[in-house]
Formats: sequence, structure tokens, C-alpha cells
Amino acid sequence: MRRITRFTLLPLLLVLGVFTMGSAATDARFSDMGHKLMCTCGCNQILLECDHIGCPNMGRESAELRTMVDRGDSDHLILTAFQDEYGPTALAAPWLTKFNIVAWVVPPLLLLLGLAGTFFLVKKWRLRVASMPEVPDDPLSRDLRERIRRETEI
Amino acid sequence: MPAFGSFALLVALALSAYNLLAGGVALRQLATGARGVVAPERLAETARRAGIASFIATACAAFALVWAAFTNDFSVAYITEHSNRALPAAYKFAALWSGQEGSLLLWAFLLAAYGFVLRLRHRVDVKLFAYASTILAGIQVFFLLLVNFAATPFSLVPGGAIPPDGNGLNPLLQYPEMVIHPPMLYLGYVGFSVPFAFALGALMMRYPGEKWIHITRRWTMVTWLFLTCGIFLGMHWAYEVLGWGGYWGWDPVENASLMPWLTGTAFLHSVMMQEKRGMMKSWNVWLIFSTFMLSILGTLLTRSGLVSSVHAFAQSAIGTWFWVFLVIVLAVCIFVYILNRDHLRTEHKLESLVSRESSFAFNNLVLLAACFTVLWGTLFPVLSEYVQGNRVTVSAPFYNRVAVPIGVFLLFLTGIGPLLAWRSTSMRSIRKNFVVPGIVALFVAIAVIPLGVHPWTIFTTDHEGAFYAWMTFSLAGFVLTAISSEFLQGAKVIQRHTHLNLFASAVQLTRRNTRRYGGYIVHFGIVLIFIGISGQAFNQSIERTMSYKQSFNLGPYRVECLDYSQDSNPNYDTEFAMLNVYRGGHLVTKLAPELRFYTASQQPSTIVANHSTLAWDLYVIYAGKDPSTGQPVIKAFLNPLVSWIWIGLLVTIFGTGIALLPNMSAAIASQRRVTAPVEETAEAVPAGRAGD
Repeated sequence: MRRITRFTLLPLLLVLGVFTMGSAATDARFSDMGHKLMCTCGCNQILLECDHIGCPNMGRESAELRTMVDRGDSDHLILTAFQDEYGPTALAAPWLTKFNIVAWVVPPLLLLLGLAGTFFLVKKWRLRVASMPEVPDDPLSRDLRERIRRETEI
Repeated sequence: MPAFGSFALLVALALSAYNLLAGGVALRQLATGARGVVAPERLAETARRAGIASFIATACAAFALVWAAFTNDFSVAYITEHSNRALPAAYKFAALWSGQEGSLLLWAFLLAAYGFVLRLRHRVDVKLFAYASTILAGIQVFFLLLVNFAATPFSLVPGGAIPPDGNGLNPLLQYPEMVIHPPMLYLGYVGFSVPFAFALGALMMRYPGEKWIHITRRWTMVTWLFLTCGIFLGMHWAYEVLGWGGYWGWDPVENASLMPWLTGTAFLHSVMMQEKRGMMKSWNVWLIFSTFMLSILGTLLTRSGLVSSVHAFAQSAIGTWFWVFLVIVLAVCIFVYILNRDHLRTEHKLESLVSRESSFAFNNLVLLAACFTVLWGTLFPVLSEYVQGNRVTVSAPFYNRVAVPIGVFLLFLTGIGPLLAWRSTSMRSIRKNFVVPGIVALFVAIAVIPLGVHPWTIFTTDHEGAFYAWMTFSLAGFVLTAISSEFLQGAKVIQRHTHLNLFASAVQLTRRNTRRYGGYIVHFGIVLIFIGISGQAFNQSIERTMSYKQSFNLGPYRVECLDYSQDSNPNYDTEFAMLNVYRGGHLVTKLAPELRFYTASQQPSTIVANHSTLAWDLYVIYAGKDPSTGQPVIKAFLNPLVSWIWIGLLVTIFGTGIALLPNMSAAIASQRRVTAPVEETAEAVPAGRAGD
């Protein structure tokens, strides 16, 4: 009996899990996609963050997005559909295509070049720095070093 | 009053122009040794006095505009557009900066006020202050030209027919913080004119040594503090008023304020290298030049209509003025730099990659990279239109991917910088200083995973937020431990010599080197801000139409609709909902989100209801009525850790205040030794470690 219960409950739980997961996943995906799109009423805000009261576009665009997400359209398909309908400004960030790649590549590239430049500059300067004289190892110097170390310990 | 205001502005312009010309001639004569009809010293003094008088004239103009708002003088077009009879008094005062013309007048007034203080303090270094005063007068002339001829705040209503009432203030600006946010922001923007003027003046006169940095240090820090407060007040205003659940939308106006803040922060760090080691002189000069020019560029971007913005004065015709001014400033900076660049030769060079100097250099690089990213993202739509023929949007997803990693890297540098010694750091010292913070970072990295921070989601989804939040929490643990150990080690040494308790020792340690330890407190505040911002990765939201007694769950809260109704007063009509908030079955608070409709401006505005705790904010807005049922639509957000942003700001303000205080002097220390024999050994303790 226990085995039967286990065998009947397990698929039921799995089915339930898949269904609830699907619903939560759809909501999450709707929210995710809604943050990749802009409201096109001119408010210059992310679609799901548009706080423009009485906005003529936000409701319609959200409904379109909800339909596409429920239908299971891919991200690419949804973004392309919005771009085709409302123009490239409907996307919250440019696609990784043609000239738009420049938008994504230039800042990290400059940072990396800057870091590499600083690294090599320091290395070059370090080579030019004259080496420090040898520290004498007599008791007087040791005491002096110890005193300096103690007094500048903060 | 409008006539008085206009006249005052003209007088201010004439006086500033005299300050610029007479000051310029006097400084030229002093530099070349030439003598005119009037001795150059006397001419410079008349220029200084004209500068002081121009402040009085500008103040009169600002007063005239405020007076016109308070007396409902609707013959002035600006007052008609930005005020009305029913407007509360505090917001009538805020009308001064709620529109283009008024905000430019505020800019001119604040610049004149900074100039006034500078000119009164001229005895610190008469010649350097004369240069700085003349350069400030040049900037002042530009803004006075704008308010006299391009964006006049005292224009009368067209046709002369005075309307019975005004259009009222934009409802979004009718919020207490808007009375202080714009002046703070402008104090920040305008304030960078002063270190800019000193830097340019010092370069023009080939000022010997680094004294000009000492003179401008407080100016720069105060300005930075104002800009910081202005930015965060703006964030708080956006959070509490705009009702979209966030505080930073990467709008061009927000970006415009962030750019000079980033370069200003870089300047505050790198200038220490010039003071301590005579390094990065050209870099510092260009940092402060850039900071000032970015203040102007930001204003140009947002007021010329070049980029789209949610802010009001995006479209106007004053862009050309700003372009011309920016080109002139850039040309002057380049010209003066080329003429005097040999004066900026560095005295030392970086000797090791693992040193305080290197950490400052990398910190500067990262701050500049962050600034460039913001500028790049702001300008890319314009560039795209020029190259591709179509405009694209560059909004939050771009900055989250590009700017956030840079911010996390900066947090990392904030942690390691103070642990490194000047010139070079030995491996022994690295091991000693890094072990405990490293262990704490590792502990935090593991401890936050059961709390729901799952960094591996970066590999399974395209959400990188949790990963960056995990990095931030771990690095925050590292930085906070590093700062605490710095305080602890220093306080222990003081304690050994003074026998004070540990807290009193830490206070004395801070007072002995306010700049160093005040700086650490600022870093502490910045870390708290980073922690608060990281919470954004775990935001949740829900939207429901609610009838009586209906409820929804969000995080640990259950929100129940108790009632909904409407009300009216002379300024606005309102619809609102009364909500009970339960946690674990207990009522924790009542919230009343509103939707107001302002009568004069005929504009709606949401009033957010927010239940804020240290863990999260339950942020509720009244999104409107369901047209079919007439029931309220409630949108709720659960925003984790937001309170830490505001707490971090307070800590940052406190730290900057400490850093502005003078160090406890040797005289006081010796006096204490006399009065307290137990402290006799205190002279063995130096006033802070050598480095800042």
C-alpha cells in the first residue's frame, strides 16, 4: 500500500512541481523581459518601471509582452518583435550587432588597456630606480631599527 | 520687483566683467613687471571688491525672484509657470530652482557666494587668491550672461495680461527633500569651480610647491560632500516620490551628477600622492579640470535636448551657449597646460606595484573608467544616430553589465589600499595585514549562501545580480575588517601609552590624524552603500487589484486592504487606500499609498507608502483604479537592504566632517601631558602613521 501511495504521489508531485515551476518561471521571465524593454511613450523609463500615470503605451506593451511570454516565444523573438514594432529605442540596451558592439566593448577595453599600461609603466620605472644601499647589521643599527619600528607602530 | 531683479543682474554682470578684466590686467602687469596708470596691486584690489559687490547684486536678484514667488507676482512669466497661490510657502521658495531660468540664477548666486568667501579670505595668499578670483569671475560672467540674455528669470508674461493664478509647481517637486536637494547638488557642481580656479591659477603663476593643494583641500572636500549629499537626496527623492520602486534609473540627469562625483573622488585620492610624494601633478591638474568641465558638460547634455531625459528642462536653446563656454574652457586649460607643463614635472616615480601609490593609481584608473562608462553610455545614443542613422537606448541593462563589475573592482581596491605601505610593501606585511580580512571575506562568502545569495545563478541564468551581490558582500567583509583592524591597532598603541579605554583611544587616534581616520570612516560609509545597492539583486514585486479585506503575500508580509476612498484640499484631490501589513500574523504597520491630482498644474502624482526596516523596505504605490470595478490597483515591492544606503550616506557625511577637522595639535597634546601625568609616555606615539 505504502509503495502504491509512493508511486502515485511521486508523479503527482512532479506534475504539480512542473506546473507551479512553469507559472513562477513565466512570471519571472515576464519581469526579466519587461526590464529589457523600454516604455515608448517618451517617458524614457524601463517598461515595467514606467510610473507615468495614464501612460498610453505601457499597458498595451505589457499585454503584448505577456502574450509572447505565455506563448513561449524566445527572448530573441520577443526583442526583435518589439524592435520591429516600436523601433530600436524600445530595447533597454543595444543588441550585440554591428556598430552596437562598440558600446559594449569600449569601456572594458579601455579599463584593461589602462590597467595594463599602468602595470608596464610601474615595471619600467621600477627598473630605473636605484637599488637601496645594504643595511648594516651591527647591534647599533639593529637597536635603532627596532626603536623606529616600535615608535611608528600605529 | 522684476525690474529690480533685472537691474541687479545687469549690475552683477558689469561688476563681474570688471573683476575679470581689471583682475586680468593687474595679474598680467604683476607677472611682466609692467606698470599702468594705476598700480597693479590697487587694480587687483578694486577687482576683488567688484567681485564681492557682484555677490551682493546676485543675491539681490535671487531675493527678488523669491519675493516675487512669495507675493504671487504673476506678472513674472517664471512665477506664473512655476508657482500658484495655494502653493505652500516652502515650495514657493523652491520655485527659485524648479525651472531652467531660476536654476541658472541659483547657479550664478552660489558661484557668487563661493567667490565672496574666497575673496574675503584673500590674505591667505594674496596673489594665488587674485588668480583664483579672476578665473571665478570669468565663470561668473558666463552664467550672468545666460541669465541676462538667454534664460531671463524676470521676463514678463507675454501681452502684459497678468493671470489671476499660476500653473503651480510640478507635483513631483512638491516634496520636502526638493527644498534641499537641488541647492545641495548645485553647491556641489558650482563648488568644483573653486578648486578648478585654484588649480588653473596655480598653473598660470607657476605656483611653487604644493601649498595650493593644502589651501583647496577643504574647498574640495566640502564641495564633494555637497555633491554626495545632492546625489543621494536625489536618489531618496526618486525612491520616495517617483514611485517606480527604485532610486537610480541611469537617466542622463543622474549620470550628469555622477560623472563629476567620480572624477572629484579620484582627485581627492590622487592629490594625496602629490602632497606626500610630489607625484601625479599633471594628472591631478587634469582631474580637476575634467571635474569642472564634466559639471558643465552634464548641464549641457541635459539642458540642450541632446539626450533624452525624464527631467523637465531637457529641451531648451541654451545648449549653444554651453558648447561655446566648454570649448573656451577646454582651450584655456590646454593652452595654460602646454605653456607650463614643465612646472608639473613629477618628483618621484612609482617604485612598486604593491604600494600605496600604486593602489591610488589603480583606484584613479578605475574611477575614471567608471566615469567614462557613464559618459559613454549617456552619449552612445547620439553617436549611434550619427553613425547608424538610428538612435538606440542605453539604459539599466547596459550599466548593470558594464559599470557594476567596475564598481565591485573599486570596492576591492578600497579594501586593499589602506593595507599597503607607501613606496613598497613587503610580503611579510602583506601576509600580516591581509590574513584576517581575507578570512572574514571567505567566511561572509560562505555565510550568505544559505541566506539566498547564490552566485552560481550567473552560469544557469542570464542574471548576474546575485553573483555581483555575493562578491560585494564578501568584499564588504574584507574592507570593513581591514578598516576596523586599522582602528584597533592604532587604538591599542594609544591605549598602551595613555591607559584610556579602547573607544576613547580610538577617538584620540582619530583626532590625531583626522584626515586619515575620517577617510576610513568615509570608506566605511561607502561600503554600507555598496551593501545597500547589492540588495537590488533580490527585489520582488507584485501588482493586485484589491477589494475590501482582500490580501496578498510578499516576502514575509501579508498586505490586506482595509479601505479605499478619496479626499480634496485647495492644492490637490487625492485617492488613497488604507492597507494593514501583517508579519507572522501580527499587525506591523498601516500604509496609505495615494494618487494625487494637483489642481493648478492638472498633473497627477503618486505618494508612496513605505515600511522601511534594516532588512528590507515594503514599498507600496497606488497605481490607479481598475476601470471595470473601481477598486484600487496596488503595486508592492519588497526591496532588501535599501536602508543601508541612507545609513551609509550618514556615515559618509560624518566621516567627511571628521576629515575636515584639524588634527589635535601638539600644544593640546603637551597640555594634556602636563595635566595628566599618566599620559607622560604619550609623546612616544606619533600623530597617526606617516601615511594617509
